[in-house]
Amino acid sequence: MPLSNDDVKYIAKLARLHINDDEVEQFSEQLSSILDYVAKLQEVNTDNVPELQHALDVSNVFRDDVEDNCVERTRNIALENFSNRNGDLLEVQSVFDRNENL
Amino acid sequence: MNDVSTFTLKEIINSLEKKEFSSEELILAYQKRIKDVDEDLNSVLEVSPTAQDDAKKIDEARAKGKSLGRLAGVPILLKDNMMVQGWGNTSGSQILEGHKSIYNATIVDRLKSDGAILLGRTNMDEFAMGSSTETSHFGSTKNPWDQKRVPGGSSGGSAVAVASGFAPIALGSDTGGSIRQPASLCGVVGLKPTYGRVSRYGLMAMASSLDQIGPFARTVEDVAFLMSTIEGKDPRDATSVELEETSVPELMNPSVDGMKIGIPKEYFLEGMDKDVKKLVMNAVAELENGGAKVEEISLPHSEYALATYYIIMPCEASSNLGRYDGLRYGYHSTGNNLSETYTLSRGEGFGSEVKRRIMLGSYALSAGYYDAYYRKALKVRSLIKQDFDEALKHVDAIVTPTSPSIAWKIGEKFGDPLTMYLSDIYTITANLATVPAMSLPCGFSKDMPVGLQLMSRPFDENTLYRIGMYYQGVTEWHTKTPVL
Repeated sequence: MPLSNDDVKYIAKLARLHINDDEVEQFSEQLSSILDYVAKLQEVNTDNVPELQHALDVSNVFRDDVEDNCVERTRNIALENFSNRNGDLLEVQSVFDRNENL
Repeated sequence: MNDVSTFTLKEIINSLEKKEFSSEELILAYQKRIKDVDEDLNSVLEVSPTAQDDAKKIDEARAKGKSLGRLAGVPILLKDNMMVQGWGNTSGSQILEGHKSIYNATIVDRLKSDGAILLGRTNMDEFAMGSSTETSHFGSTKNPWDQKRVPGGSSGGSAVAVASGFAPIALGSDTGGSIRQPASLCGVVGLKPTYGRVSRYGLMAMASSLDQIGPFARTVEDVAFLMSTIEGKDPRDATSVELEETSVPELMNPSVDGMKIGIPKEYFLEGMDKDVKKLVMNAVAELENGGAKVEEISLPHSEYALATYYIIMPCEASSNLGRYDGLRYGYHSTGNNLSETYTLSRGEGFGSEVKRRIMLGSYALSAGYYDAYYRKALKVRSLIKQDFDEALKHVDAIVTPTSPSIAWKIGEKFGDPLTMYLSDIYTITANLATVPAMSLPCGFSKDMPVGLQLMSRPFDENTLYRIGMYYQGVTEWHTKTPVL
């Protein structure tokens, strides 16, 4: 099934990916050819076939609910990785935009 | 010290125990070889600055007669998607440039507690997405047998490093063939264990229902030895499994007498590479000479495996890669608002192949398409697994080529994703069916290595080790090394 340039832009928006105009063209062609290929699954009769949801026959894997604090070094590396910080304050732009058209 | 480039793990352990050389001398020799030879190959991204000191500590403990781990003083290289606290692990991606790993992967803790020396991190396709190690942000890796050719991927760096003698052992990760295919193309042994045998904690996730960590080495015996260190249940990975037996090479009987081996007719189609077919059938003849019984089997849904994989993998990957937000670690690009910051950071930080797969997954999981793509693929995955369950009731192991061709030229398939994806056609079924699979060298075509793939029942790696050890006992392909 061919994907239009608008489809590609919509998917990029869903995936939070900035793509430029060249990429839109390229992806619409490449993704269309991959989707054409995977469409062959529709040939397979899967009536009454269960979905393979888990790679292993394990379920309900529990552990004791005990507190396990991380050590200082681990904490420090986690903080150092953050893009914008002011001491131990991690800065992020506001989630809601006052002027945004909802 | 002799030339380190051909040492096996077993030889190194013996020599260290006999004090023929120290671990520090060994580490320095490997570091020198990496420095001298790897500049063109680009298989090692970074050599650990602490390796020499770590080795010294092991040497001191040995001198004092302290009890040591089974890998004491042995160097190992890790694929760059395995986290070591404080290392700048990137998964071959720009989006993790500047990132520092917060904690150790479970396999790292296990290697360290057995005394292994972490020598460095190896190059890979970005987020393990690729079959040629060409999608790495840090440049492509070259095949040591012919530097105009790809090493395979995505664990190309680890495969090249072992083939080139930069370390006796290395780890890779395999989601659709990323250990076995580069092992095949570089002429070394590579094992994808059964899903659940090795903890994935601390492995940067691509497709969580398919990913497994596994070893590269020159010999099957070394692979089995290394597995005993890294395998087993881990409370931090709920999909890891308590193992009934540990495979120790010394306990294994390297005989194939009476073993039943299946050749799936769907893997030997007309038009396949004649040399690859001939070398694989020569290997099968060796196993027959050893008393194995060979029969043709059928895995009827094989032709749908690649399509199934290219739905399930991108769906899981698009979800797993949602964590790269440009805020918590790595690459950051500031937009006018938070949403734009996410979009710009991800758009600039990820490479093309990663974007392609994230988009494919996002599309297949989006409203209106979920049933037609993802749910359908999960059903066909059941049928593929049933094929294997049925076949492995009648045979102990399945033999196929690992890769449909020898290593191709760098750039040859780079612009055409679907053609690149087809190079995984023989390896992805094992991931979908969760079975263990191993590639080992079985000859040369046009002076390039060809790999034989063995698959067996879930958690029956021992059968792979037995066949592999037998085969390496009667052939010498694994002793060949590239001229560098």
